[in-house]
Amino acid sequence: MSFQSEIDASIPPLDEPVAGFAAVGDPATDRPRSRPSQRVNVVTANNRVWPRVARMWRERDLLAQMVGREMKVRYKNSVLGFAWSMLNPTLQLVVYVLVFQGIMGNGIPDFAIFLLCGLVVWNFFTSAVAGATGAIVGNGDLIKKVSFSREILAVAAIGSSSIFFLIQSGILIAALVLFGFSPQWHYLPLLVPAIIALALFTAALAIFLSAANVYLRDTQHLLEVVLMAWFWATPIVYSYNGFVVPKLPVKVDKNGHLISTSFLVKYHLTWLPMKEIYLANPITPIVLTFQRALWGNKRAKASSGSASKIHAVAGAWQLPLFGPMWYFDLLLGVIGISTILLFAAIKVFGRLEGNFAEEF
Amino acid sequence: MAPALEVTDVSKHFKLYQEKYTSLKERVIHGMRAPYDEFWALRDINMEVSQGETVGLLGHNGSGKSTLLKCVNGILQPTKGKIVSRGQIAALLELGAGFHGELSGRDNIYMNAALLGLNRKDIDRRFEEIVAFAELEQFIDTQVKFYSSGMAARLGFAVAINVDPEILLVDEVLAVGDESFQRKCLDKMKQFQKEGRTIILVTHSPDTVRQFCSKAYVLNHGVVIAEGNPGECVRAFRESLHAAHEQLPEPESSDPVDLENGEIASEVTGALQPGTVSSGVAEAVGDTDSSQPTNSAQVVEVAEEVASELPDPPPDPSAKSKTSVNGDIKIKKVVVEYPQCETRPYLLPGEPLSVRVEFTARRAVSDAFFGITMYSGDGEIIFGSGTDVLEVEVGTLEGDGEAVFAFESIPLLDGWYSITLEIRGTDTGTVYDWKEEVEHFEVMNPGKQVGSVAIPLTIKIEGVR
Repeated sequence: MSFQSEIDASIPPLDEPVAGFAAVGDPATDRPRSRPSQRVNVVTANNRVWPRVARMWRERDLLAQMVGREMKVRYKNSVLGFAWSMLNPTLQLVVYVLVFQGIMGNGIPDFAIFLLCGLVVWNFFTSAVAGATGAIVGNGDLIKKVSFSREILAVAAIGSSSIFFLIQSGILIAALVLFGFSPQWHYLPLLVPAIIALALFTAALAIFLSAANVYLRDTQHLLEVVLMAWFWATPIVYSYNGFVVPKLPVKVDKNGHLISTSFLVKYHLTWLPMKEIYLANPITPIVLTFQRALWGNKRAKASSGSASKIHAVAGAWQLPLFGPMWYFDLLLGVIGISTILLFAAIKVFGRLEGNFAEEF
Repeated sequence: MAPALEVTDVSKHFKLYQEKYTSLKERVIHGMRAPYDEFWALRDINMEVSQGETVGLLGHNGSGKSTLLKCVNGILQPTKGKIVSRGQIAALLELGAGFHGELSGRDNIYMNAALLGLNRKDIDRRFEEIVAFAELEQFIDTQVKFYSSGMAARLGFAVAINVDPEILLVDEVLAVGDESFQRKCLDKMKQFQKEGRTIILVTHSPDTVRQFCSKAYVLNHGVVIAEGNPGECVRAFRESLHAAHEQLPEPESSDPVDLENGEIASEVTGALQPGTVSSGVAEAVGDTDSSQPTNSAQVVEVAEEVASELPDPPPDPSAKSKTSVNGDIKIKKVVVEYPQCETRPYLLPGEPLSVRVEFTARRAVSDAFFGITMYSGDGEIIFGSGTDVLEVEVGTLEGDGEAVFAFESIPLLDGWYSITLEIRGTDTGTVYDWKEEVEHFEVMNPGKQVGSVAIPLTIKIEGVR
């Protein structure tokens, strides 16, 4: 006996919808289906890097929305708006100038500009990494309820930081023009690889730390400590050639004795490849490039000719006295390593992401 | 056309920690591993949903249906297996997820739509429609923190529904909002169905599945126990609820019910339907009945003890349980039979039913009458009658005998009904034997009517040109 015939025998079939739903779907309001998209979503435990990157790219509008949201929420209720965001870096700049030039007298010419070149890079890096580290944990609600490319939360933190980077760069450029600096033309193109290196390295670290912080929630606090040490390991408030190189045991007199006052000599650490260790900090080549290209020399003015020339030489002496290729090679190294790190970070993120929604 | 959704061997595994170490400090102190229990929320789920189909996911709390929906949506990643979906997905899992109180309704629409995968141009185009649907024209530039929860839910639904999804995932969100808004949501879903979009609906409500869905899946403890026809699935769902209620040990692994062929895997039937009509199990019940009381009989006894201990038992219909069972006549065995269908463990509306009662009288009893009462799943009396009501002559009973209650037709739509039997003396005082909810039968409604009574209906409309 077939199923259908039994039904028919017992009760009349109701092909039409029941009365309550009969009025539904008025053809006048029916919207034709727009684009039957060929979009295919695959959800598996198997996460590869390229599909993740492709998805991030597809959802770039969301990234823009998130950066916009961040800006709006942060400055919605303040009259001065973005001006507030400049207060902290301004005070930082004033304090460093007073302490390192005014009190300690480090002898770096145009120290405020020198500082700003380094701080623009450093402030971007530190705010992006710190922001991204808390990004996933801070948006737990979203993670639990909505499906989207989670990396975007970390990248959005970089996005908001780059807006401040642009503003601070604007201030730096204004200051350079105001104080009559001309860029070092053959070093200036190096800013492009420098910014690429900075973006890649920051992204790698941001994506990795945002995921790590979900499982180890004190990563955030640990990071603050590490960033503080990192800041002093980077030639921002001191210059590389003026303060770092003299401490390196590189010179030998004709008797074979080291000519250096370095603590390395004192503690028998001369075997350490200190220069390489120091330059292994990926932020250092980026900061050096910014300093070299922007601060490197002040244009000699026709009116006060020779004095300015000396001034310019004094400035350049503070930086590694190498041609653009030395900087370029270092930057290329940072770009290479950062690219590998970024891949690894996305891979690790993909591994950890599967369980994000269970962690809140 | 390729299916809209393919779920292949999906399993989801959770670790349940007693105490989870979420910081490096704790990990260092306690060692790297915290003790945890394994929990499989989903096991080897396979699903295929064609484009334009509306599929219901039924299951009790904790059956894994929401986990499955979250996996389909991509919020959770399955531990094993693969989910492939074709087309833009929008999920109505949590309305207004990601709303930011500090931002205006306008900004939140953009944010939320972007979260659902829309680009800015598309949002611009649909903005007015979203606002109109949410009925929030005058509040759209107000910060969302000043919205009522109903307003926020409306906005959330309006955004989700207007992202023009090809696959819509719905998880019991229709419970929010006032009646007119709920109605609007249902209308919109009906419209989606007409437009040939795919809908996957997670619900507790069998009626919703019956009305909306062309196909259903029933989940129980992370396993699909039934799939196919919504009516069949509603029945399987009800059975899983009963099984959970009676706290039977769950089957380690059970084959899904293959409804296409009208066969039901025997383990499932055995586990989910204790004392059911399928002959083997019924025999087992009969055997235990002669040597020792059945579970229901034990329940009756316990109820009696409790009742006698209580100083003032509340006056309720079961007050007669105070009167002890006399035992002169004993009900040995009760068998529910579906005369029109031997193979199915349930009735279709309007099919006949017969209840066969075997009894034995240890002495000659001449004043006995037989009564039968049917209760719905909620415990309401559906029907009650007996030899006294029908004025059937019982005569003198002695030794073994059999009474057959033959129902010509059971005009019920859908449900799980229990049967209580009694043999009493006409002098109302003696209860020879009384078995509460000793057996049950089930009716499965293959149609889309709602309610509990199968009332034959034809509709004729006149004046149509």
